[in-house]
Amino acid sequence: MTQVDVNVFLGEYPFRDIGRWDTPVLLREMTRVGTDEAWVSHLGAIYRRDAAAGNAAVYAASAFDPRLRPIPVVHPTQPGRSAALDEAVTRGAPAVRSDPTLHGQAPAGDEMRQLLAACAERRLPLMMAVRLEDIRQRHPDDVATDLQPWAVRQLIRSHPAARLIITHADREFIEQVHFGSTPEEAARLLWDICWVWGPPEDHLELLLRTVGIERFTFGTGVPLRLLETSVAKLDLLNLDAESRARVTAGNLRAFTASPRS
Amino acid sequence: MLIDVHAHFYQPAGARADWAERNASRLRAGEQIGITRHVASILGSWGRTSPTYFPSPADVTSGNDALLALMRAHPDRISGYVCVNPNYTGHALAEITRCLAAGMIGIKLAASRRANDPLLDPIGDAARRYGVPVLHHVWQHRRREWPGQEASDAAELAELAARHPLVPFILAHIGGGGDWAHSLRAIRDVANISVDLSGSGVDGSMLERCVDAVGVPRLLWGCDLTMCTGLAKLRHLEGLLSADDLERVRWRNAAAIFPAGSLAA
Repeated sequence: MTQVDVNVFLGEYPFRDIGRWDTPVLLREMTRVGTDEAWVSHLGAIYRRDAAAGNAAVYAASAFDPRLRPIPVVHPTQPGRSAALDEAVTRGAPAVRSDPTLHGQAPAGDEMRQLLAACAERRLPLMMAVRLEDIRQRHPDDVATDLQPWAVRQLIRSHPAARLIITHADREFIEQVHFGSTPEEAARLLWDICWVWGPPEDHLELLLRTVGIERFTFGTGVPLRLLETSVAKLDLLNLDAESRARVTAGNLRAFTASPRS
Repeated sequence: MLIDVHAHFYQPAGARADWAERNASRLRAGEQIGITRHVASILGSWGRTSPTYFPSPADVTSGNDALLALMRAHPDRISGYVCVNPNYTGHALAEITRCLAAGMIGIKLAASRRANDPLLDPIGDAARRYGVPVLHHVWQHRRREWPGQEASDAAELAELAARHPLVPFILAHIGGGGDWAHSLRAIRDVANISVDLSGSGVDGSMLERCVDAVGVPRLLWGCDLTMCTGLAKLRHLEGLLSADDLERVRWRNAAAIFPAGSLAA
């Protein structure tokens, strides 16, 4: 059964020691938990004003091993944004990511809408994280706000061909966006499972029933979070093989291959 | 054997309508994970008739009674911490006597009073007298007051532990929020504090740092409110520790601090 992890990072985290986490370590850890493909962004690209060096690192990692798919970071106000998106297409990136709140930028402002439209025109899904670390854990200097549900609702309405992959969202966030959107809008959203609780709260089991299994995909948030957590979550769900395969890869394949793209 | 040293159950007089469903889910997931014993507490009415972290005496008794009922219903699976509010010293000591006599095996202190407050000394004395450990809710490096609780951090728990050197203390949920590295530094040299690995936090490198800081003999496995994170940590430890060390974290370390024979399968 193929397992694709859409939520993986290389590089150093600025606020905490996460150990040495480079391409060989990532590949070893992927093998250990049965991950066949990882969508990788660079923490340096996410946090620094200039994403170029971090993006170059993920392109290099992808060239080193094709199991690592590059997810370059594009800041909404960066000069040369169009060229960066064109490069993403040329180099086979399955999506790009942007986390505007980490740079004090409006999460659904004009620049983000323009970025999302530019992605849609290139048939690229845009990936955004609700948070990278629990607010309880954060360094005192890490004052960035979480992405809010209203921002995702506004973004998905802003362009008819826009597609968003949202990572690190919890049950309440997902429900507020999903049920606050039309079915057509909700169908252009995909959620990773890394921040959704399993038993005894059983949020993931509930969401698969209420929101729909087709809206969820496998992601871990590694190395900020233990790689084993999302696997454990799926194991405790007792899904049949077909349903599990949808979460671990099938939904993602369908989402990225949708007629809109 | 696999002992979850930090479990919670809900109760019919509590705030949640789905209490039975959640309890059943915990037991079901426990079967899947292989948990042989849930060492659990119920924090009063969980906010229904008094605050979760400041439970009234009546709610403390109600929660403990509900847990005793669960222990009777699942004698091979559930053990109990008697939950107390140290602001009501007489009631707390009476509950400890009553519930330990009824089969509970530890004391749960949440966040009703800071850990280094003298009001906790009678509780520590009782723990020593009865030979049971104290599981203490901890905010990992509290840098400000948090609403709804009088949270303690590891440095404050270390003060209490130093005043009661013969009592085993359990620092709750290292993954439960805050700066866990600060906690590990604060208790590194306090031999009677063990670290419970539970909590929804699954930070990369946290388990490695726990092993480095306090050593395997002071680590206890647990889940708290999220069992998928407990299972993930267990699997991560399987790749990190020797078979002997893994057994210690799974149950042997717990068996050493709870009353003899109380955790038998």
